[in-house]
Amino acid sequence: MAKISLTVNGKAVTAEVEPRTLLVQLLRETLNLTGTHVGCDTSQCGACVVHLDGAAVKSCTMLAVQADGASVTTIEGLAKGTQLHPMQEAFREHHGLQCGFCTPGMIMTAVDMVARLGSELDEATIRENLDGNLCRCTGYHNIVKAVEAGARAMGQPALAAE
Amino acid sequence: MYAFDYQRPAAIEAAVALLRAVDEPKVLAGGQTLLPTLKQRLAQPGTLVDLAGIPGLAAIERRGEGLLIGAMARHAQVAASPLVRSVIPALAELAGMIGDPAVRNRGTLGGSIANNDPTADYPAACLGLGASIVTTARTLPADDFFTGLFETALAEDELVVAVEFAAPARAGYAKFRNPASRYAMAGVFVAEGAEGFRVAVTGAGQGGVFRWTEAEAALAADFRPEALDNLSLDSADVMADLHGSADYRAHLVKVMAKRAVTVALR
Repeated sequence: MAKISLTVNGKAVTAEVEPRTLLVQLLRETLNLTGTHVGCDTSQCGACVVHLDGAAVKSCTMLAVQADGASVTTIEGLAKGTQLHPMQEAFREHHGLQCGFCTPGMIMTAVDMVARLGSELDEATIRENLDGNLCRCTGYHNIVKAVEAGARAMGQPALAAE
Repeated sequence: MYAFDYQRPAAIEAAVALLRAVDEPKVLAGGQTLLPTLKQRLAQPGTLVDLAGIPGLAAIERRGEGLLIGAMARHAQVAASPLVRSVIPALAELAGMIGDPAVRNRGTLGGSIANNDPTADYPAACLGLGASIVTTARTLPADDFFTGLFETALAEDELVVAVEFAAPARAGYAKFRNPASRYAMAGVFVAEGAEGFRVAVTGAGQGGVFRWTEAEAALAADFRPEALDNLSLDSADVMADLHGSADYRAHLVKVMAKRAVTVALR
Protein backbone atom coordinates (compact mmCIF):
# COMPACT_ATOMS: atom_id res chain seq x y z
CA MET A 1 0.00 0.00 0.00
CA ALA A 2 1.08 3.53 -0.65
CA LYS A 3 0.06 6.61 1.28
CA ILE A 4 -0.85 9.55 -0.92
CA SER A 5 -1.89 13.13 -0.28
CA LEU A 6 -3.63 15.25 -2.85
CA THR A 7 -6.15 18.02 -3.17
CA VAL A 8 -9.55 17.09 -4.58
CA ASN A 9 -11.99 19.88 -5.38
CA GLY A 10 -10.09 22.17 -3.04
CA LYS A 11 -10.03 19.79 -0.08
CA ALA A 12 -6.93 18.03 1.22
CA VAL A 13 -7.27 14.26 0.96
CA THR A 14 -5.02 11.47 2.17
CA ALA A 15 -5.55 7.83 1.28
CA GLU A 16 -3.88 4.43 1.46
CA VAL A 17 -4.01 2.85 -1.95
CA GLU A 18 -2.60 -0.13 -3.76
CA PRO A 19 -0.20 1.11 -6.47
CA ARG A 20 -2.47 -0.41 -9.11
CA THR A 21 -5.47 1.67 -8.00
CA LEU A 22 -6.61 3.94 -10.80
CA LEU A 23 -7.27 7.60 -10.09
CA VAL A 24 -10.90 7.09 -11.13
CA GLN A 25 -11.24 4.25 -8.62
CA LEU A 26 -9.92 6.48 -5.85
CA LEU A 27 -12.37 9.21 -6.83
CA ARG A 28 -15.42 7.00 -7.19
CA GLU A 29 -14.90 4.19 -4.73
CA THR A 30 -12.90 5.78 -1.92
CA LEU A 31 -14.01 9.40 -2.10
CA ASN A 32 -17.55 8.63 -3.34
CA LEU A 33 -17.24 11.23 -6.09
CA THR A 34 -19.31 9.26 -8.57
CA GLY A 35 -19.85 12.10 -11.02
CA THR A 36 -16.73 10.98 -12.85
CA HIS A 37 -17.80 8.04 -14.99
CA VAL A 38 -16.10 4.98 -16.42
CA GLY A 39 -17.38 4.33 -19.91
CA CYS A 40 -14.95 2.36 -22.03
CA ASP A 41 -12.11 1.84 -19.55
CA THR A 42 -9.74 1.93 -22.56
CA SER A 43 -8.87 5.68 -22.78
CA GLN A 44 -11.19 6.22 -25.72
CA CYS A 45 -14.48 7.66 -24.45
CA GLY A 46 -13.53 10.48 -22.11
CA ALA A 47 -16.36 9.94 -19.59
CA CYS A 48 -13.66 9.86 -16.89
CA VAL A 49 -12.00 13.20 -17.73
CA VAL A 50 -10.95 15.24 -14.69
CA HIS A 51 -8.49 18.09 -14.28
CA LEU A 52 -5.06 17.32 -12.88
CA ASP A 53 -3.26 20.52 -11.90
CA GLY A 54 -5.57 22.30 -14.31
CA ALA A 55 -5.15 20.02 -17.33
CA ALA A 56 -7.72 17.52 -18.62
CA VAL A 57 -6.67 13.89 -18.16
CA LYS A 58 -8.38 10.54 -18.46
CA SER A 59 -8.62 9.34 -14.87
CA CYS A 60 -9.02 5.72 -16.03
CA THR A 61 -5.57 5.94 -17.58
CA MET A 62 -3.73 7.22 -14.57
CA LEU A 63 -2.76 5.65 -11.27
CA ALA A 64 -3.87 7.25 -8.03
CA VAL A 65 -0.23 7.21 -6.87
CA GLN A 66 0.69 9.36 -9.87
CA ALA A 67 -1.64 12.04 -8.50
CA ASP A 68 0.22 12.17 -5.18
CA GLY A 69 0.85 15.86 -4.44
CA ALA A 70 -1.41 17.04 -7.25
CA SER A 71 -4.63 19.01 -7.33
CA VAL A 72 -7.60 17.26 -8.91
CA THR A 73 -10.88 18.84 -9.95
CA THR A 74 -13.87 16.66 -10.78
CA ILE A 75 -17.30 17.58 -12.12
CA GLU A 76 -18.44 17.94 -8.49
CA GLY A 77 -15.91 20.74 -8.06
CA LEU A 78 -17.29 23.06 -10.74
CA ALA A 79 -20.54 24.39 -9.28
CA LYS A 80 -20.51 26.97 -6.51
CA GLY A 81 -23.14 25.64 -4.14
CA THR A 82 -26.39 25.61 -6.06
CA GLN A 83 -25.05 27.87 -8.79
CA LEU A 84 -23.98 25.82 -11.78
CA HIS A 85 -20.72 26.54 -13.58
CA PRO A 86 -21.38 28.47 -16.82
CA MET A 87 -20.44 25.40 -18.86
CA GLN A 88 -22.87 23.22 -16.90
CA GLU A 89 -25.56 25.86 -17.34
CA ALA A 90 -24.88 25.95 -21.09
CA PHE A 91 -25.26 22.16 -21.39
CA ARG A 92 -28.65 22.43 -19.65
CA GLU A 93 -29.75 25.42 -21.68
CA HIS A 94 -28.75 23.92 -25.05
CA HIS A 95 -29.83 20.39 -24.25
CA GLY A 96 -26.28 19.13 -24.69
CA LEU A 97 -27.11 15.71 -23.31
CA GLN A 98 -29.61 12.91 -23.51
CA CYS A 99 -28.72 10.00 -21.23
CA GLY A 100 -26.08 12.12 -19.50
CA PHE A 101 -23.44 9.45 -19.12
CA CYS A 102 -20.77 11.26 -21.14
CA THR A 103 -21.71 14.69 -19.79
CA PRO A 104 -19.26 15.02 -16.87
CA GLY A 105 -16.35 14.23 -19.17
CA MET A 106 -17.70 16.49 -21.89
CA ILE A 107 -17.96 19.41 -19.48
CA MET A 108 -14.51 18.86 -17.97
CA THR A 109 -13.04 18.67 -21.48
CA ALA A 110 -14.94 21.80 -22.52
CA VAL A 111 -13.69 23.79 -19.52
CA ASP A 112 -10.13 22.67 -20.30
CA MET A 113 -10.66 23.73 -23.91
CA VAL A 114 -11.57 27.26 -22.81
CA ALA A 115 -8.54 27.37 -20.53
CA ARG A 116 -6.26 26.43 -23.42
CA LEU A 117 -7.90 28.16 -26.37
CA GLY A 118 -9.95 31.01 -24.98
CA SER A 119 -13.64 31.75 -24.85
CA GLU A 120 -14.31 32.34 -28.55
CA LEU A 121 -14.39 28.85 -30.00
CA ASP A 122 -15.61 28.04 -33.50
CA GLU A 123 -17.39 24.83 -34.39
CA ALA A 124 -14.40 23.19 -36.08
CA THR A 125 -12.16 23.85 -33.07
CA ILE A 126 -14.77 22.48 -30.68
CA ARG A 127 -15.32 19.32 -32.71
CA GLU A 128 -11.59 18.73 -33.09
CA ASN A 129 -11.04 19.15 -29.36
CA LEU A 130 -13.89 16.77 -28.50
CA ASP A 131 -11.88 14.08 -30.30
CA GLY A 132 -11.38 12.18 -27.06
CA ASN A 133 -14.97 12.31 -25.81
CA LEU A 134 -17.62 9.98 -27.17
CA CYS A 135 -21.38 10.51 -26.97
CA ARG A 136 -23.65 7.77 -28.25
CA CYS A 137 -26.93 9.70 -27.94
CA THR A 138 -26.84 13.22 -29.21
CA GLY A 139 -24.94 13.19 -32.48
CA TYR A 140 -22.84 15.95 -30.85
CA HIS A 141 -24.79 18.81 -32.42
CA ASN A 142 -26.16 20.26 -29.19
CA ILE A 143 -22.97 19.47 -27.32
CA VAL A 144 -21.06 21.66 -29.76
CA LYS A 145 -23.63 24.43 -29.34
CA ALA A 146 -23.41 24.11 -25.56
CA VAL A 147 -19.62 24.29 -25.55
CA GLU A 148 -19.67 27.36 -27.76
CA ALA A 149 -22.19 29.12 -25.51
CA GLY A 150 -20.54 27.93 -22.29
CA ALA A 151 -17.16 29.15 -23.48
CA ARG A 152 -18.57 32.55 -24.27
CA ALA A 153 -20.28 32.73 -20.87
CA MET A 154 -17.00 31.82 -19.16
CA GLY A 155 -15.37 34.73 -20.97
CA GLN A 156 -17.83 37.30 -19.65
CA PRO A 157 -16.13 39.60 -17.15
CA ALA A 158 -18.83 39.31 -14.46
CA LEU A 159 -18.37 35.56 -14.31
CA ALA A 160 -14.63 35.59 -14.85
CA ALA A 161 -14.25 37.87 -11.83
CA GLU A 162 -15.90 35.38 -9.50
CA MET B 1 -4.17 -5.10 -13.46
CA TYR B 2 -1.84 -7.45 -11.68
CA ALA B 3 -0.35 -6.00 -8.51
CA PHE B 4 3.02 -4.25 -8.69
CA ASP B 5 5.24 -2.04 -6.57
CA TYR B 6 5.64 1.62 -7.36
CA GLN B 7 8.66 3.90 -7.05
CA ARG B 8 9.01 7.54 -7.93
CA PRO B 9 12.74 8.33 -7.74
CA ALA B 10 13.83 11.98 -7.47
CA ALA B 11 16.96 11.66 -9.63
CA ILE B 12 17.77 9.93 -12.90
CA GLU B 13 20.69 8.06 -11.28
CA ALA B 14 18.28 6.66 -8.70
CA ALA B 15 15.94 5.55 -11.50
CA VAL B 16 18.76 3.70 -13.25
CA ALA B 17 19.80 2.13 -9.93
CA LEU B 18 16.24 0.91 -9.42
CA LEU B 19 16.17 -0.63 -12.90
CA ARG B 20 19.24 -2.63 -11.90
CA ALA B 21 18.05 -3.53 -8.41
CA VAL B 22 14.42 -4.57 -8.64
CA ASP B 23 12.83 -7.60 -10.27
CA GLU B 24 10.92 -7.06 -13.51
CA PRO B 25 11.01 -3.26 -13.55
CA LYS B 26 9.02 -1.24 -16.05
CA VAL B 27 9.51 2.46 -16.67
CA LEU B 28 6.44 4.68 -16.35
CA ALA B 29 6.47 8.00 -18.20
CA GLY B 30 3.05 9.33 -19.26
CA GLY B 31 1.44 5.90 -19.03
CA GLN B 32 -0.91 6.38 -21.98
CA THR B 33 0.22 3.10 -23.54
CA LEU B 34 1.60 1.30 -20.50
CA LEU B 35 -1.47 1.64 -18.29
CA PRO B 36 -3.93 0.33 -20.92
CA THR B 37 -1.48 -2.56 -21.45
CA LEU B 38 -1.42 -3.31 -17.73
CA LYS B 39 -5.20 -3.05 -17.47
CA GLN B 40 -5.51 -5.75 -20.11
CA ARG B 41 -3.03 -7.86 -18.16
CA LEU B 42 -0.75 -8.01 -21.18
CA ALA B 43 2.23 -7.29 -18.94
CA GLN B 44 3.13 -8.09 -15.35
CA PRO B 45 5.91 -5.82 -14.11
CA GLY B 46 7.28 -6.24 -10.58
CA THR B 47 7.89 -2.53 -10.04
CA LEU B 48 6.86 0.56 -11.95
CA VAL B 49 9.61 3.19 -11.92
CA ASP B 50 7.83 6.52 -12.43
CA LEU B 51 10.01 9.23 -13.95
CA ALA B 52 7.60 12.05 -13.03
CA GLY B 53 9.51 12.98 -9.88
CA ILE B 54 12.79 13.74 -11.64
CA PRO B 55 13.27 17.49 -12.05
CA GLY B 56 14.27 18.95 -15.41
CA LEU B 57 13.29 16.00 -17.58
CA ALA B 58 10.50 17.94 -19.30
CA ALA B 59 12.57 20.94 -20.36
CA ILE B 60 12.44 22.28 -23.91
CA GLU B 61 15.50 24.36 -24.79
CA ARG B 62 17.40 25.81 -27.67
CA ARG B 63 20.45 23.74 -28.59
CA GLY B 64 22.58 25.45 -31.23
CA GLU B 65 20.30 26.00 -34.21
CA GLY B 66 18.01 23.23 -33.06
CA LEU B 67 16.17 21.98 -29.98
CA LEU B 68 16.76 19.75 -27.01
CA ILE B 69 13.49 18.31 -25.73
CA GLY B 70 13.37 16.40 -22.46
CA ALA B 71 12.04 12.86 -22.37
CA MET B 72 9.16 13.78 -20.05
CA ALA B 73 7.94 16.68 -22.21
CA ARG B 74 4.21 16.07 -22.72
CA HIS B 75 2.76 16.14 -26.22
CA ALA B 76 0.55 19.12 -25.32
CA GLN B 77 3.61 21.00 -24.04
CA VAL B 78 5.55 20.39 -27.27
CA ALA B 79 2.52 21.27 -29.41
CA ALA B 80 2.01 24.58 -27.60
CA SER B 81 5.67 25.54 -27.10
CA PRO B 82 6.45 28.86 -28.82
CA LEU B 83 10.07 27.71 -29.15
CA VAL B 84 9.18 24.47 -30.94
CA ARG B 85 6.60 26.25 -33.08
CA SER B 86 9.19 28.75 -34.25
CA VAL B 87 12.20 26.44 -34.70
CA ILE B 88 10.53 23.22 -35.99
CA PRO B 89 6.83 23.94 -36.59
CA ALA B 90 6.26 20.52 -38.15
CA LEU B 91 7.32 18.90 -34.87
CA ALA B 92 4.83 20.97 -32.86
CA GLU B 93 2.10 20.10 -35.37
CA LEU B 94 2.93 16.41 -35.13
CA ALA B 95 2.74 16.51 -31.34
CA GLY B 96 -0.65 18.20 -31.60
CA MET B 97 -1.94 15.34 -33.75
CA ILE B 98 -1.18 12.57 -31.26
CA GLY B 99 -4.17 10.95 -29.57
CA ASP B 100 -6.66 13.44 -28.16
CA PRO B 101 -6.26 16.50 -25.88
CA ALA B 102 -6.40 14.53 -22.61
CA VAL B 103 -3.94 11.94 -23.89
CA ARG B 104 -1.63 14.73 -25.05
CA ASN B 105 -1.66 16.16 -21.53
CA ARG B 106 -0.10 12.94 -20.22
CA GLY B 107 1.82 11.25 -23.03
CA THR B 108 5.53 12.01 -23.36
CA LEU B 109 8.18 12.15 -26.08
CA GLY B 110 10.46 9.70 -24.27
CA GLY B 111 7.66 7.25 -23.59
CA SER B 112 6.59 7.28 -27.21
CA ILE B 113 10.00 6.58 -28.67
CA ALA B 114 11.04 4.06 -26.00
CA ASN B 115 7.85 2.10 -26.72
CA ASN B 116 8.37 2.41 -30.51
CA ASP B 117 4.83 1.45 -31.43
CA PRO B 118 4.77 0.88 -35.20
CA THR B 119 1.90 3.37 -35.49
CA ALA B 120 3.29 6.06 -33.18
CA ASP B 121 4.00 9.55 -34.55
CA TYR B 122 7.18 10.62 -32.76
CA PRO B 123 9.41 7.87 -34.19
CA ALA B 124 8.68 9.33 -37.66
CA ALA B 125 9.72 12.80 -36.49
CA CYS B 126 12.92 11.53 -34.88
CA LEU B 127 13.91 9.52 -37.94
CA GLY B 128 12.75 12.18 -40.40
CA LEU B 129 14.67 14.93 -38.64
CA GLY B 130 17.73 12.76 -38.10
CA ALA B 131 17.45 13.38 -34.38
CA SER B 132 19.92 12.24 -31.74
CA ILE B 133 18.57 10.27 -28.81
CA VAL B 134 20.30 11.18 -25.56
CA THR B 135 20.17 8.38 -23.00
CA THR B 136 21.64 7.84 -19.57
CA ALA B 137 24.50 5.93 -21.22
CA ARG B 138 25.16 7.54 -24.62
CA THR B 139 23.88 9.60 -27.51
CA LEU B 140 22.85 7.71 -30.60
CA PRO B 141 21.29 8.62 -33.94
CA ALA B 142 17.60 7.84 -34.48
CA ASP B 143 18.67 5.56 -37.37
CA ASP B 144 20.31 3.27 -34.80
CA PHE B 145 17.74 3.74 -32.04
CA PHE B 146 14.63 2.23 -33.64
CA THR B 147 15.45 -1.41 -34.23
CA GLY B 148 12.09 -3.07 -34.90
CA LEU B 149 8.50 -3.54 -33.82
CA PHE B 150 8.32 -2.21 -30.22
CA GLU B 151 12.11 -2.64 -30.16
CA THR B 152 14.81 -0.04 -29.56
CA ALA B 153 18.54 -0.03 -28.90
CA LEU B 154 17.89 0.79 -25.22
CA ALA B 155 19.49 -1.57 -22.72
CA GLU B 156 17.48 -2.83 -19.75
CA ASP B 157 19.05 -0.23 -17.46
CA GLU B 158 19.10 2.67 -19.94
CA LEU B 159 16.65 5.57 -20.05
CA VAL B 160 15.91 8.19 -22.67
CA VAL B 161 16.87 11.57 -21.19
CA ALA B 162 16.17 13.88 -24.13
CA VAL B 163 16.04 14.12 -27.89
CA GLU B 164 18.16 16.59 -29.81
CA PHE B 165 16.64 17.86 -33.04
CA ALA B 166 18.56 19.86 -35.64
CA ALA B 167 16.40 22.54 -37.24
CA PRO B 168 15.49 21.55 -40.79
CA ALA B 169 15.32 24.01 -43.68
CA ARG B 170 11.75 22.78 -44.10
CA ALA B 171 9.67 19.87 -42.88
CA GLY B 172 6.14 18.56 -42.90
CA TYR B 173 4.10 15.70 -41.47
CA ALA B 174 0.89 14.17 -42.71
CA LYS B 175 -0.98 11.16 -41.45
CA PHE B 176 -4.05 9.18 -42.27
CA ARG B 177 -5.74 8.11 -39.06
CA ASN B 178 -7.48 4.86 -38.46
CA PRO B 179 -11.03 6.22 -38.08
CA ALA B 180 -11.65 4.22 -34.88
CA SER B 181 -8.36 4.04 -33.00
CA ARG B 182 -7.02 7.36 -34.39
CA TYR B 183 -3.56 5.81 -34.69
CA ALA B 184 -1.69 6.39 -37.94
CA MET B 185 -2.46 3.92 -40.72
CA ALA B 186 0.21 5.81 -42.56
CA GLY B 187 2.15 8.81 -41.32
CA VAL B 188 4.97 10.40 -43.27
CA PHE B 189 7.48 12.97 -42.05
CA VAL B 190 9.53 14.70 -44.74
CA ALA B 191 12.41 17.05 -44.03
CA GLU B 192 15.20 18.86 -45.75
CA GLY B 193 17.99 18.92 -43.22
CA ALA B 194 21.64 19.89 -43.24
CA GLU B 195 22.56 16.36 -44.29
CA GLY B 196 19.95 15.97 -47.00
CA PHE B 197 16.38 14.90 -47.52
CA ARG B 198 14.61 12.40 -45.34
CA VAL B 199 11.28 10.64 -45.66
CA ALA B 200 10.29 8.68 -42.56
CA VAL B 201 7.21 6.46 -42.54
CA THR B 202 5.20 5.27 -39.54
CA GLY B 203 2.05 3.18 -39.30
CA ALA B 204 2.87 1.09 -42.31
CA GLY B 205 6.10 -0.86 -41.80
CA GLN B 206 6.05 -4.46 -40.59
CA GLY B 207 9.27 -3.65 -38.75
CA GLY B 208 8.12 -0.28 -37.43
CA VAL B 209 9.22 3.16 -38.58
CA PHE B 210 11.44 3.22 -41.70
CA ARG B 211 12.97 5.56 -44.28
CA TRP B 212 11.65 5.54 -47.85
CA THR B 213 14.94 6.11 -49.61
CA GLU B 214 13.55 6.21 -53.17
CA ALA B 215 11.31 9.09 -52.15
CA GLU B 216 14.26 10.83 -50.51
CA ALA B 217 16.22 10.67 -53.76
CA ALA B 218 13.26 11.92 -55.77
CA LEU B 219 12.70 14.86 -53.41
CA ALA B 220 16.41 15.71 -53.39
CA ALA B 221 16.13 16.18 -57.15
CA ASP B 222 12.82 18.02 -57.05
CA PHE B 223 11.15 19.02 -53.76
CA ARG B 224 7.57 19.04 -54.96
CA PRO B 225 4.68 16.59 -54.39
CA GLU B 226 4.70 15.76 -58.11
CA ALA B 227 8.23 14.39 -57.77
CA LEU B 228 6.69 11.32 -56.11
CA ASP B 229 4.08 10.68 -58.80
CA ASN B 230 6.02 7.96 -60.56
CA LEU B 231 7.19 6.20 -57.41
CA SER B 232 5.46 3.38 -55.62
CA LEU B 233 6.48 1.94 -52.28
CA ASP B 234 7.21 -1.79 -52.43
CA SER B 235 4.44 -3.37 -50.35
CA ALA B 236 6.43 -6.51 -49.47
CA ASP B 237 7.36 -5.11 -46.03
CA VAL B 238 4.17 -3.15 -45.45
CA MET B 239 1.69 -4.07 -42.72
CA ALA B 240 -1.60 -5.68 -43.62
CA ASP B 241 -4.52 -6.09 -41.21
CA LEU B 242 -8.29 -5.83 -41.15
CA HIS B 243 -8.04 -2.08 -41.64
CA GLY B 244 -6.14 -2.24 -44.89
CA SER B 245 -4.08 -4.47 -47.19
CA ALA B 246 -0.38 -3.93 -47.75
CA ASP B 247 -1.02 -2.48 -51.20
CA TYR B 248 -3.59 -0.06 -49.80
CA ARG B 249 -1.22 1.11 -47.08
CA ALA B 250 1.67 1.43 -49.53
CA HIS B 251 -0.52 3.69 -51.63
CA LEU B 252 -1.52 5.68 -48.52
CA VAL B 253 2.16 6.23 -47.74
CA LYS B 254 2.66 7.86 -51.11
CA VAL B 255 -0.42 10.05 -50.70
CA MET B 256 0.68 11.10 -47.21
CA ALA B 257 4.24 11.75 -48.43
CA LYS B 258 2.91 14.10 -51.09
CA ARG B 259 0.73 15.89 -48.51
CA ALA B 260 3.70 16.19 -46.15
CA VAL B 261 5.74 17.80 -48.93
CA THR B 262 2.87 20.23 -49.52
CA VAL B 263 2.91 21.08 -45.81
CA ALA B 264 6.69 21.55 -45.90
CA LEU B 265 6.40 23.96 -48.82
CA ARG B 266 3.89 26.24 -47.08
